[in-house]
Amino acid sequence: MAVDLRTRLAHVELPNPIMTASGCAGAGRELAQFMDVSKIGAIVTKSVMLSPRSGRPTPRMAETASGMLNSIGLQGPGIDAFLRRDLPWLLSRGARAVVSIAGGTVAEYADLAGRLSDAAGVTAIEVNISCPNVEHRGQVFACNPDSSAAVIEAVRGRARYDIPVFAKLSPDVTDIVAVAKACVSAGADGLSMINTLLGMVIDTDTMRPRLAGLTGGLSGPAIRPVAVRCVWQVHEALPGVPIIGMGGVRTGLDALELILAGASMVGVGTTIFHDPSACARILRELEEELTDRGVERLTDVVGLAHQPHAATGRTLSPGTRVSPAVRVDASTRVRRS
Amino acid sequence: MTHSEIDAQAGPVQVRGTVLTVRRIDAYHAMTLVAPAVAARFKPGQFVTLAVGGPDTSMLLSRAFSIHDVRPDHGGTVEFVFASRGPGTRWLAERRARDVLDVTGPLGKAFPLPRDPVNCLLIGGGYGSAPLFSLAGKLKERRCEVDFLLGAGSGDRVFGALTARRTGRTALITTEDGSLGTRGMVTDLLDQAIHDGRTDVIYACGPMPMLRQITALARRYDIPVQAAVEEAMACGVGVCMTCVLPVIGSDGITRMSRACVDGPVFRGESVRWDDVGTIPFDAFGAPGWEPRSRRAAALQNGQARGADLAGAGGSAVGDGHPDRAAHPDRGGAASGGVTRRNAHGS
Repeated sequence: MAVDLRTRLAHVELPNPIMTASGCAGAGRELAQFMDVSKIGAIVTKSVMLSPRSGRPTPRMAETASGMLNSIGLQGPGIDAFLRRDLPWLLSRGARAVVSIAGGTVAEYADLAGRLSDAAGVTAIEVNISCPNVEHRGQVFACNPDSSAAVIEAVRGRARYDIPVFAKLSPDVTDIVAVAKACVSAGADGLSMINTLLGMVIDTDTMRPRLAGLTGGLSGPAIRPVAVRCVWQVHEALPGVPIIGMGGVRTGLDALELILAGASMVGVGTTIFHDPSACARILRELEEELTDRGVERLTDVVGLAHQPHAATGRTLSPGTRVSPAVRVDASTRVRRS
Repeated sequence: MTHSEIDAQAGPVQVRGTVLTVRRIDAYHAMTLVAPAVAARFKPGQFVTLAVGGPDTSMLLSRAFSIHDVRPDHGGTVEFVFASRGPGTRWLAERRARDVLDVTGPLGKAFPLPRDPVNCLLIGGGYGSAPLFSLAGKLKERRCEVDFLLGAGSGDRVFGALTARRTGRTALITTEDGSLGTRGMVTDLLDQAIHDGRTDVIYACGPMPMLRQITALARRYDIPVQAAVEEAMACGVGVCMTCVLPVIGSDGITRMSRACVDGPVFRGESVRWDDVGTIPFDAFGAPGWEPRSRRAAALQNGQARGADLAGAGGSAVGDGHPDRAAHPDRGGAASGGVTRRNAHGS
């Protein structure tokens, strides 16, 4: 029997939990050459800003052990071009569009949420708060619970009531649970985690940083344990809040690990760079892994790692069925309208 | 035929390619893969990307290689040339016949071909010459004359010197150490090659500084240059945004264009070679940039205000953009861009 892979992005039902991670799939068009973009749970777009943006100088990328650094600097055509060209294309292909937004001020985020609410067909908004706050000495919003909350509150206030708002959290904080709680209190319907970790590579031949932007965001399997830890901690503290887990997912098993930690959806990012059809493959692998483990519904295993199987002498290995007794209540909070 | 069907036929594919041979050619390696779907779609100038290191690899970025040749045997094979310079390319060099690789292609824009039979000069630096031989074949089908000008640091790093001599009307070779052909750089012989061959169009592939000089020299003769650039790429399919360079569009606006999907072949004069590695201040979306229409409106408002406040001085436009004057990124960009290296060497 096929596994029921349906999951919920807040109150919106998705056919399955696999999504692209923001910044790793453009607006879906390029990847459509290699896979059916309507078959995965959603396409999460590269962060859209109010104005066109040229990004940072090159070199923008450095390969690291099981990862990479990037300092793209949010190059993109801006919200007008996105609404004119990219969103209609995504919808024409039957894809569910989760639009990532980024800004330098709280007002910019709110304007973007407003523009997206006026357009039809946006499945959800993911708020990329890992941007420098130009009104606050360039400190990144996501590093501070108050500034994170300010952005989310503004976005939730302007976004149409039926569009879920997800806050994308940075792992570069002392207490990710505090930021998560601040975002949820400010009205976030869910949380995406994790964004990249700030890193640096120095070229030992030129004796200078490898990236023109000096520092860059670290992604790839190297950061997966960090992602699992963050999802675990936040799910432990806020069990009812839906989480999109991402960070170094390369296989269906990697996706399952994040789901067990508490994610009800999983983003696939850096792996796309060497396997453009990775999302379709990971979805297939996840379904196989769940079938092997006798899982009937994806929602049955969301956050299951928090259940103390070991204490009761139960282990969940291929061939073992998940009994209803250990099913976790993964029902998501339904928002006030 | 629907649009999607056309896309499917013309666009790239991701397939499992079986290694047929890995050969050493002087300082380089040439790998031939059985990949019929890639071979069937190939046009000269396009490239493939490969995942390296196997399923548990710690190397996550695709390696991009321009396609040297495709052949019909075994249903369709694709050959590319690479230098074994780092863990990724070393791994590739160690592959053996029947190994299976994840390959995506053909990617990028191909060399545009002239409509009429004209004199073509094909210039390659190092193994940048690899895509030029299949191009030469296509040009000759159109009864174009093909001259080669190949160069490298030393004789063993000039790729395809023999083929160039055999298939070209003429073939000039330069090496920096003088071990093959004339001592010097390809640009030293460019004037001579253009005069001797009565060149109508130049096709070039190689390092950025070479392409920059070729474009500058060719401009003197008013000869169009089609240049295939080498930029560090992470994905090769257009999603990662790492391989960008400043390119002037047909509308006169400079954009940070992706070498992988907008290129790798660009018209030489459209690339702002001196600004590669930086974000030019007037590039689309650069700090302080704004659409022309808005700028024009600001200018008009400024003039109107200027008229009202005649003699007050100051530029309304300049006042509107305090960050246009000096942006901290820019100094860093210039110095950081100087030492660019091709990540695919590693």
